[in-house]
Parts: sequence; structure tokens; C-alpha cells
Amino acid sequence: MSVDLTNPSLAAEASAPGESRLQKRTSTFSRLAKYTVYKLGMLFITVIIAVYLTILIANMGGKVDEIMRGSIREFIGNQLRTNREYLSLLQSEKNAFFENEMLKAEKRFGLDQPFFVRSFTYLRNAVTLDFGSARLMASDTGSRQVNSIILDRLGPTLLLIGTSNLFLFFISIFLALSRSYGSVWDKIVIGLSPTSSAPAWFYGLFLILIFAAIIRILPFGGMIDSPPPKGELGYILNVGKHLILPAFAIILSSIFVSIYNWRTFFLIYSSEDYVEMAKAKGLSDREIQSRYILRPTLPTIITSFALLVISLWQGLILTEGVFQWPGLGRTYITAIGLYDTPVIVALTIIYAYLLALTVFLLDFVYALVDPRVKVGTG
Amino acid sequence: MQNLKNGFKLLLKYPSALIGTLLILLLFAISIYTIFAIPYNRAIDLWRGGDSVWGHNPKVVPPVWVNWWRADKLPETIILSMEDENAQIERKTSTAGENLIITYTFDFQADEVPQDMIVNFASKYINRSPFVSVFWTTPDGREIRVTEQGINFTTSYRAIQDEKLKRRLGGISPDLALFDNPETEEIDVLKGTYKIVIDAITFEEDSVITKAEVLLHGKVYGWFGTDTQRRDLTIAILWGTPIALAFGLTASFGTSVFSMIFAAVGVWYGGWVDELIQRITEVSINLPFLSLLIMIGTFYSRSIWTILLVTVVLTIFSGAIKGYRAIFLQVKESPYIEAARAYGSSNTRIIFNYLIPRITPLLIPSLVLGVPAYVFLEATLASLSLGDPVLPTWGKVIQDAWQGGGAVYNGYYYWILEPAVLLIITGLGFALVGFALDRIFNPRLRDI
Repeated sequence: MSVDLTNPSLAAEASAPGESRLQKRTSTFSRLAKYTVYKLGMLFITVIIAVYLTILIANMGGKVDEIMRGSIREFIGNQLRTNREYLSLLQSEKNAFFENEMLKAEKRFGLDQPFFVRSFTYLRNAVTLDFGSARLMASDTGSRQVNSIILDRLGPTLLLIGTSNLFLFFISIFLALSRSYGSVWDKIVIGLSPTSSAPAWFYGLFLILIFAAIIRILPFGGMIDSPPPKGELGYILNVGKHLILPAFAIILSSIFVSIYNWRTFFLIYSSEDYVEMAKAKGLSDREIQSRYILRPTLPTIITSFALLVISLWQGLILTEGVFQWPGLGRTYITAIGLYDTPVIVALTIIYAYLLALTVFLLDFVYALVDPRVKVGTG
Repeated sequence: MQNLKNGFKLLLKYPSALIGTLLILLLFAISIYTIFAIPYNRAIDLWRGGDSVWGHNPKVVPPVWVNWWRADKLPETIILSMEDENAQIERKTSTAGENLIITYTFDFQADEVPQDMIVNFASKYINRSPFVSVFWTTPDGREIRVTEQGINFTTSYRAIQDEKLKRRLGGISPDLALFDNPETEEIDVLKGTYKIVIDAITFEEDSVITKAEVLLHGKVYGWFGTDTQRRDLTIAILWGTPIALAFGLTASFGTSVFSMIFAAVGVWYGGWVDELIQRITEVSINLPFLSLLIMIGTFYSRSIWTILLVTVVLTIFSGAIKGYRAIFLQVKESPYIEAARAYGSSNTRIIFNYLIPRITPLLIPSLVLGVPAYVFLEATLASLSLGDPVLPTWGKVIQDAWQGGGAVYNGYYYWILEPAVLLIITGLGFALVGFALDRIFNPRLRDI
């Protein structure tokens, strides 16, 4: 009996051959459509569970209720202080009015209901991206709305993660394919693969130390000089300059292990009989690589890349913190520092969405490149 | 089991694994030493102690060994107290009280001046407080009157803050001027034997000077330096080791073993059990793990053990479970399992005695490889200021240095590099061993 111990990853399963041969032939389109719907459904359930979990965790200490009560109290108090109608009231009348209004408001917001019922109200709000207003933080325009705070910060985060992941993916594929196995370079890369156990922010510390503090050629952090340079081109170049170190840190933290993993996949596929056949036919190395090795390996690689991206999303919080990158991650850190619960909860939920979106996109690409994918095997 | 033993024997043939093993053993040795040398409670008391514990240490200075390759040597801290052997104490009775003359001498050979010059006094009196004069004699024989002042029960004299002294010294900051060589234009340190004379007079019969301590805070300290709160980083660096190992090993062991058990149970029972475990895994993979951990840290408990528990629970249903499942599916069909079923062994017996041991070789590399990730996770949480509130850990040192001390901007590189290097050593040790184990127990990788 032989146990396949080579590849204990998700990929092993998904690429199990032979299943689809029995399947009825369906057009690519309907196959994709079915798969997409299934994946979307799965991800939707995931997001709902993540959000509900977030609500439960955030609320177990009664935080959400506290915040709502606090804001209601503030609102009624403000009314009492500023509205002329109430100025003439006696203190006892004011107190009675306050109590009465509190009761009404609690009823209106559903605070008199048991938590179980309310948690679904929160869930609905969260799913419809209605996060209310922050306790202390404000957006660049001064708005207290959590939505505008997040929208302000989403761009820089997407820029950073997008750039670094694109580079990571293509550099890794290029390097994993183009090296001759067993050479000195190959051994160096294998030797370096353990370095990937350190997160990106950790590399960030060293990069800042070297390039900003000692050599002084790149900025310590931030996204743009202050004051920002004039002209569109200057602006873009300046952002690019600030992007180098954080993106480099992210790439550095994962590149060696992805090369190592993908190299293993390539090696497994390049020992297949049809590759030998292609060699015998006298095809060029390039053709063999792209048509016979890269093509069947792509689904596996995409799965492993998806897992990598998920872990990168997680690590982004501190990477942004170290580089003072004005994205969601740094907002997260600020919110933790200020105990700004609505922002923390909202960011957790947004993270769940972004994660799900990333996974969906990669799954979609997966379905495009792997003709064997059918609904239910994900 | 024989298989495992052979595997570990093979390990010694890989030089990288040997280095890794040595690194891990070193870390364990440090941990054991730390636990016995600085007991847990004492470490916490020290680490959270304030000025009373750490007042004698200089503020944010690098470790002593930087002097080994520095051309201009940095001074070490000099503490001169009345209990010292080389302190000359002369007592004369005067009309009401006594006249106490303390002479300290010390040799100064460093190329930079100390951080500051502090004289701590303590005295006992009823109505009239004692009066002290402090004189400073340089190696070339100049005598500088430092201060003349009355002292209370406790008084700290700081030369740097003494504006009068600064004027007397011609406008140069006292910390520099006291050690300056007047022969040269620029300020450079005069090496040689310095003398400090403290002349104290008390005015009552029972009035005594109990302490007259001269403190010259150096610019290097100990093996690991100090932080902005003058704390000796040795404690944090040493105690970080057992904590990192405990966290990393427990988390890695917990997650791998439970993942494996769940995978085995799912595969063996099949049907809805398997389906449920698979669906949970699919959801769990997409959960924003770190964010949830941060929320728990923020809202409930920052205790490292709570975080550990949550980490294990959230990571059980991760990608690894799918990998294990794929392998268990094959193992389940093998003849020896069928034989076990035929002679009527129970489900638990099959799962724990036949299924799981079969793939233990696969577990070991992933277990070892998982350790660094969790060690870094702890550091990550600590750097988000969500670390354990009482324990000193590497991550907290990095966070203190980065955010509290602005270590990069101020050039306190040692403060960041020390915990970082230890994190690297830990990561490297486990990774080297793990990768070698992976090659040994996954034979198909060995030929590649």
C-alpha cells in the first residue's frame, strides 16, 4: 500500500483525477456558473458566521449594548441641555423626562429585547454595512461615520496588498520554474525557505533599520511626503517610493516558501509520463514548461496562493503599523489603542468580507484554469 | 514506532538539522536556567518595579559588549557609597552635631562622559537639617565646587539640572565640564583618577547622614542594555525564552494533534460527521483569525494562556485538516484496517490505535514547523500592545522599543535587535529541524 505523503495540502484533493471523466459533459459556461453560485453561497455563509461570531465576541462583555446606551444617553442629555423647550423644567422634571426618554429609546433600539433577538438585528446591520458611528475616531473629512473612516483607508490597503501580491505571484512562478533543480541557486532558495516563518512586519523592522535609519535612502514610513510633491507624476512617484519598503517586506516574508512549495509541485508534475513524451517529441524546454508543467500545476499553485494571501491579509495589520501606512491595518491599531469598539467590530467584519472576496476571486480563477472542477469538490 | 526512531536517527545526517537541534537545545538550556535563576514571581516584580528597583541603572544604554569593537570606549556606571571599602570617612565632633568628610576616588578611563552625575543623600534630624558641600577634583588637580546646600531626609542632587554650577563652569553643561580637559579646545575627556569630597555638617546631637551616594550613570549596561525605564533587558530577554517556547510548542502541538484527531474521526465515521467537519473547516479557513484574536485580547483577557487557548481552538479547523483527511481516506481502505474491523475492534480503538499512528510521521514535521509561526504570533500580538500585561516577552520588548522608545529614530538598535535575533534563532532552529524531518518522513521529497 502506498500512502501519498508528498502533498498534504488542499490541492491534493482537488486535483484527484478521474472523477470528472464520468461526469456528463457540460459547457464551460454552465460549469463555471454552477461553481460560482456554489462558491458564493459557501462564502456568504462563511461571512455570516464570521460576522455573527464577531458580534458575539464583541458583545459578550456587553460592549455593544454599553455603547448604544451611551450614545442614547448622550443624545437625550444634549437635547435637555440645548433645546429651549426643556430649559424651564425643574431638575426633578428633567430627571423624569430623561428616564422616560431613555426607556422609549431603549425600546426603539430594541435594547429591552433579549440579546439573542438583538444579535440578529446587529447581524442585519453588519451585513448591510451599517456600522453606525465611531466612539472617538474620525475620518479625514471629520466624519464620525465608521463607513467613511473605512472608505478613507481602504484605498491604501488595497494598493499595498495588490502590488505586493502581484509581484509575489509572478516573481515566485518565474523563479520556481526557471531554475535548474539541484543547482547552487536552487539549494540557496531551499535553504532560505525557513525564513518565511517570520511575518512581514518583522522583516519590516530590519528593512526600516537598514534602508531608512542607516542608509537613509528610503522613507521611514507613511504613504506620501508632507507636503506632497506637485503634479500627478510627482505624486505617483512619491507614493511609489513609500511603497517600496512595505511591499518588499511582504514579498520577502513569503517568497521563499512559495518558491519552495511551487517548485515541489512543478517537480511532481515534471516526472509525469506525458512530459517525458513531450521531451521525446523534441519540444523546446519553454514549451514543455508552459504547456505540460505549468498548465496542470496552476490549480494547485492557485490554491496554495489563496492560502498565502489569506495569511497575508492577517499579517497586514502590523505591517501597516510598522510602516505607518495609512490603511485599514493601522486604523485597526489606532482603534485598539482607543478602545473604539464600533471601529474594531466594523474592521473585523470588513476583513471578513475582503478575505471572502479574495478567496472568491482566486476560486474563480481556479475554476477557469482547471477544467476538472465541478460543484461540490471545491 | 521503529519507523520514527529510524527517522530521528537519520536526522543526524543532515547538517542543517544538527544546527537546528543545537539551537533548540540552547533555547531549552536558557529556559531552564532562567526559571531557576530568576523565579517567575521575582521576574515579574522586577520587571514591573519602578525607580526604586532600577534607579541605579542608566537610561536606554546599549550592552557592555558594544565596547569590544568601539574605538572610543563608553563608560560603565560608577556607584560610590559610604559602605564601599575605598571610601574614606572622617568624623569630627563639632559644637552641636558632627562634621562628616567623605572622600571617594575613582579611576575613569572611558572616552565619553557618563550620562549624568547624581548625589543621593539621606539623613536623620529633628529640626535643623544638615548642610553639605560637594567638591570635585580632576586628575590634573583642579578643584571644582559642585554644590553647597541643605538636605532633607532624602535629597537627590543632579549636576545636570544645576544652573549655578553650569554658570561657574563657564556655561558648559556640567556633565561634560566635570570631565573636560581644559587644555584642548573642544570637549574631550580627561582620563585618570577623580576625587569627590563630600563635607557634611549636622547641627543636632542625634542627627546623622545615613547616605551620601555618588551615582555616575554610564553609557553601557549589562549583557543586554537597558530601556527607557532603566530596566535591565536581561530579564525580558531571558524570560522571553521559556514563554516563547511554551507558547509555540503548546499551540503547535495542540493544533496539529486536534486537527489530526478530527480528521481521523471524520474519515472513519463518514456521513454527516465528515460533512460537518468539512463545512466547519471551510468556514474556519476564511475567518479573519488575527482580527478575532485581537478582539478577544481587547475585550476580555490579555493573558497569554487565554490567547493560547483561543489560538488553538481557531486553528484546529485549518487547511491542515484537509490534508490529513486526504491521507486518512487512503489509509482507511488499507487491509490492516479491514482486518481490525473483521476481528471486531471498536471505533475508538481503530481511530486511535490504527489510523492515527499510521500518519504520525507526517504530524511530526508539521508540528515542528508550526512552532515558529506561533512564536511569531505571540510577538505579533505583543507588538499590537495585546501582549500579556505582566509577563516580559520578546514581542513586548520590540513593542516598547518601536513605539515607546522610538528606537529606530533614536538609534537604539540594540533594543530591537536583541529580541529580534532571539526570535530569528528560535524560528531558524525549529525550521531547520522541521524541514529536515519533512524530507525524512516524506520520502518522495528526499530524491528531489
